Amino acid sequence: MNVPIDLRYAKTHEWIRSDGDSVTVGITDHAQAELTDIVYVEPPKIGAEVKAETTAAVVESVKAASDIYSPISGVVTEVNEALTSNPALLNTDPFSQGWIFKIRPSNPAEIEALLSPEAYIAQIS
Amino acid sequence: MSESTDLKHTPLEAAHIACGARMVEFGGWFMPVQYSGIIEEHRAVRSAVGMFDISHMGEVTVAGAGALAWLESLLTNRVSKLAVGRGQYTLMLDEKGGVIDDLIIYRNDEEEYFLVINAACRELDLEWMRAHLPEDGTVALKDLGDDYAAIALQGPDSEKILRSLYPECEVPKRNGLSLLSTAEGVVPELVARTGYTGEDGFELFVPTSEGEALWNGLLKAGVKPAGLGCRDTLRLEMGYPLNGSDLARTRTPLEANLGKFVALDDPQKPDFIGRQALELQRNAGLSELLTPLKLTLQGPPMRAHYAVLSDGSAVGETCSGALSPSLGEGIAMAYLPQQLSVAGTPLEIEVRGRRYPASVTTLPFYKKL
Repeated sequence: MNVPIDLRYAKTHEWIRSDGDSVTVGITDHAQAELTDIVYVEPPKIGAEVKAETTAAVVESVKAASDIYSPISGVVTEVNEALTSNPALLNTDPFSQGWIFKIRPSNPAEIEALLSPEAYIAQIS
Repeated sequence: MSESTDLKHTPLEAAHIACGARMVEFGGWFMPVQYSGIIEEHRAVRSAVGMFDISHMGEVTVAGAGALAWLESLLTNRVSKLAVGRGQYTLMLDEKGGVIDDLIIYRNDEEEYFLVINAACRELDLEWMRAHLPEDGTVALKDLGDDYAAIALQGPDSEKILRSLYPECEVPKRNGLSLLSTAEGVVPELVARTGYTGEDGFELFVPTSEGEALWNGLLKAGVKPAGLGCRDTLRLEMGYPLNGSDLARTRTPLEANLGKFVALDDPQKPDFIGRQALELQRNAGLSELLTPLKLTLQGPPMRAHYAVLSDGSAVGETCSGALSPSLGEGIAMAYLPQQLSVAGTPLEIEVRGRRYPASVTTLPFYKKL
């Protein structure tokens, strides 16, 4: 399983990439493999306030719908429009083209509390 | 994934795990839901050939001088239409016309019938059948559910595969049944040209101990393992009902649009359990019908138990739903008031609090070119 070392992880299998005051959120390679063929993504609304560890998006495989939690609190600033026509990007490129949404964090301290790559690898192995 | 202790195990479990299956609980059985992926497996069956473990399904033989008359009294289709070596889809109802199970019955000899019943209903079906057996000893009922391993070989290349592996096999015609070989032992090996995918294909029944060898032989011949995940999307694209989702004791086959498998108007069909209730229902007019729906715009895939709305009011809920891998569209079935079950009727489906436009369509969802 691919676990990039420059990201932080949530126990619920989301990753974040911090870029100044913008944080990108997606799901891990492990998560996409567990979910299997992703056929639909329902991103949050731009401007929505999301709380850490609460549902921010939904991804659906052929078999089931799964909640995606926001690893941190903040305001949604952008969603990945490419997923509307090509939800399979979550399967093929979960850490890059398959990102789901970006938020402006309201409590940057929450980022520090997330799992390191090593801790996440330990969780999934 | 936790596995409860009373799950039943298919004789092919080791073969599934060797093929990289993801195993889940289904109808009390520990079964493969997918191997390489539901969409890929679905496409393999539509375009080439795939195989499903159907060992969880029940097999029952009914034999004896009284077999025909007894089966006529128990099943909705006319059993006497069956020539030796032929099969038919039929239903077993309770007195209220509610569906106990839908099944395939084959006549494999003058006075012998072979029934394939749903996994989740095996015990209940047998209980029902035993309770209705005549006491004069003219009907012998045998539960062979644990004696068979069964594999459904499905897809346009099925016949080619079957002929290459079993050149001695007499290939049956659609809905027919033949002996794969005259193997010694208690259980004959049967080949039925039936399935649950809408594609040409065969259902192969062999003694439990030979299941793995059959599976591995097919695998070697290039047949793609296919799990219950795509079995569900394939059958739904054809509009084939699934007992437990689309069929229930609270629904009759008339409401499920399966009237052509119910010989109400056939003068040669004797009385059967549920007939009176169905006649009453038909005379009174059906209030609801199992209705195929399609999302009209892009939206989330429909799933079971989503609310269906007409003019803003709830009129029913979906009983089966999926994203159709062949069509790339959301498809579903729902029991709806008869006046709304007309093709083209605009509806809405509620998914997580949002409403998406849908409309009534016609079956099958997937029409072959």
